[in-house]
Amino acid sequence: MTDVGATVGDLGLPGAPPAPAGSRPEQRRWHRRPPTGPHPALAAAGRMAARIGGPALAVTYLSLLVLLPLAALATNAFSGGWGAFWRAITQPEAVAALELTLGISAAVAAVNSVAGLAIAWVLVRDDFRGKTLVSAVIDLPFALPTIVAGLTLLALYGPNSPFHVDLAGTRLGIGVALAFVTLPFCVRSVQPVLAELDAETEEAASSLGASRRQVMGRVILPSLLPAVLAGAGLAFARAVGEYGSIVLISGNIPFKTEVASSWIFSLSQSDALPAASAVSVVLVTIALFVLIVIGWARRRFNVPETV
Amino acid sequence: MYTHTKSVTPVGQPRRPRRFRRGVAAAGALALSGLAFSALPARAHSGGTVNLLAYSTPKPAYSVLATDFAKTKGGAGVTVSPSFGPSGTQATSVVDGLPADVVNFSLEPDLAKLVKGGLVSSSWDKGPTKGMVTDSIVSFVVRPGNPKHITTWADLVKAGVGVITPNVFSSGSAKWNIMAAYGAEIAQGKTPAQAQAYLSQLLHNAVAQPSSASAALQTFLSGQGDVLLDYEDDALYAKSKGEPVDIITPPQTILIQNPIAVTKTASPAAKAFLAYLLSPAGQTVWGQQGYRPVLPSVAAKFKFPQPKTLFTIDHLGGWTSVNTKFFDPQTGIVAKVEQSLGVSTASG
Repeated sequence: MTDVGATVGDLGLPGAPPAPAGSRPEQRRWHRRPPTGPHPALAAAGRMAARIGGPALAVTYLSLLVLLPLAALATNAFSGGWGAFWRAITQPEAVAALELTLGISAAVAAVNSVAGLAIAWVLVRDDFRGKTLVSAVIDLPFALPTIVAGLTLLALYGPNSPFHVDLAGTRLGIGVALAFVTLPFCVRSVQPVLAELDAETEEAASSLGASRRQVMGRVILPSLLPAVLAGAGLAFARAVGEYGSIVLISGNIPFKTEVASSWIFSLSQSDALPAASAVSVVLVTIALFVLIVIGWARRRFNVPETV
Repeated sequence: MYTHTKSVTPVGQPRRPRRFRRGVAAAGALALSGLAFSALPARAHSGGTVNLLAYSTPKPAYSVLATDFAKTKGGAGVTVSPSFGPSGTQATSVVDGLPADVVNFSLEPDLAKLVKGGLVSSSWDKGPTKGMVTDSIVSFVVRPGNPKHITTWADLVKAGVGVITPNVFSSGSAKWNIMAAYGAEIAQGKTPAQAQAYLSQLLHNAVAQPSSASAALQTFLSGQGDVLLDYEDDALYAKSKGEPVDIITPPQTILIQNPIAVTKTASPAAKAFLAYLLSPAGQTVWGQQGYRPVLPSVAAKFKFPQPKTLFTIDHLGGWTSVNTKFFDPQTGIVAKVEQSLGVSTASG
């Protein structure tokens, strides 16, 4: 699409009437005033509006839905001044909850990146009966209300576990809950990239004498790495804020299994909204930092952003 | 109705937008007529609607009470529109503008928020029941047959006993539990320091501190822990539903008092609903639902177990002082106890 004007004209879309046959090579039809179409200035303004309007709409929408609430959150967090903010985020229970949350979220993102890659691989490269169903099932953690997920996990991996696996009140239990809710991110980030991967490159590598392992390590994985990282970033960001699926299986014991979101909820219930906002600001800032680092890493691997 | 949405589309318009617009118009008309229809019954009644905002536990009781109220003279044609949620959250949402006519909270400080916000008259607690609609006590919920022989507060802090009580910072019921435990020690002649040490032992035995009373019950029913500290009414409701639990009344416990009030803008229907809830008829329903009636004449008809010592929050200094002293998330006694437990867990 180098000559936009010609393309629009060829498609016969309103704005540029079809040109008479034969005049095509000589005339630049876009600049000829059409008898019924809009004035060129108007058309140009329209294009300009589309060019500016798109971003403007996006920014407005983003501001109303994301930036404004985040700004309000930050304002609330600092409403008691720096001292109160600092006290809220350095309080031992808050520190313990933040450390626990960030540690488990990072571990879960790492584990799910590997597992997600494997699942995506199977879904793209292998054919088996029920593949469509498996593919659909992967997205279910998105649809399931997280509190129901929490109840289900407690029934499965709690004291009455049919498998005699009691993870209630343990950090491993929190990890399992987080792995459950974040798996779709890790699979869905990798899957389309893997599907688009050019099979010819692999064949070329093989025909040039690369072993299966070399193809994997030098051709496939490097192309997938940005997508895997993107999935890991999303999974991490989702995990640090997760509440519903964890709150039952964790037992919510301060300093042991109390996650940041739960501590924040407690603060909000105790009329300590500035403190709750302060701890949230820390969570959001760390998540933002991680997402920025991941974005930088993806660019560094010099692979176009496909996801 | 809404004929303007059927405006004629000029001929020659592209097809898809027209169809799209027509679809939107139809959907809009449908939605609006739906609204109109749903509004009809309310208009047909003379009594109007009462917006009830309450904490989570009395939800099953209110469904019976609302039905019963509709049969009374004052309740004919009145629709009770209820909303249930955590006590603290409910109070905050009313202060932030959620419409409410009758408010019923787990504990008095939540009602105090509304008084402070100018939504409820400061004389709300001047009635014969001092603003309370129901009483209850903190009970022990144990496994059927009480296999661990838990009958006293001292039994809760024995080695190997798993206690479940909600997190005090997120749950009103947890605050009642902690004050019951503390007050029980005081009632047994302990000093405040000894009672505070008891709280530390109790929370040391806590195997879960869920975020709410209902989450705590879920956790206990899932098989965790040996004893759950719970509202007596909530425990009775669980038992009535056939859950495998036994209820133990501790020898010393706190009298839970749940406040109720109408807002300043409440309609006559809302006032009639409040009057019904406090009437002998309403109080009888409360009693049948497991709550201790606040009217002595009605309470006498029910045989609730009587603990040896029953104390109120006022014996421990009243909610205002207790809330700051015990439940401030940064400086309160419970925060300090959790912190010392956390440090000992981390080092040992």
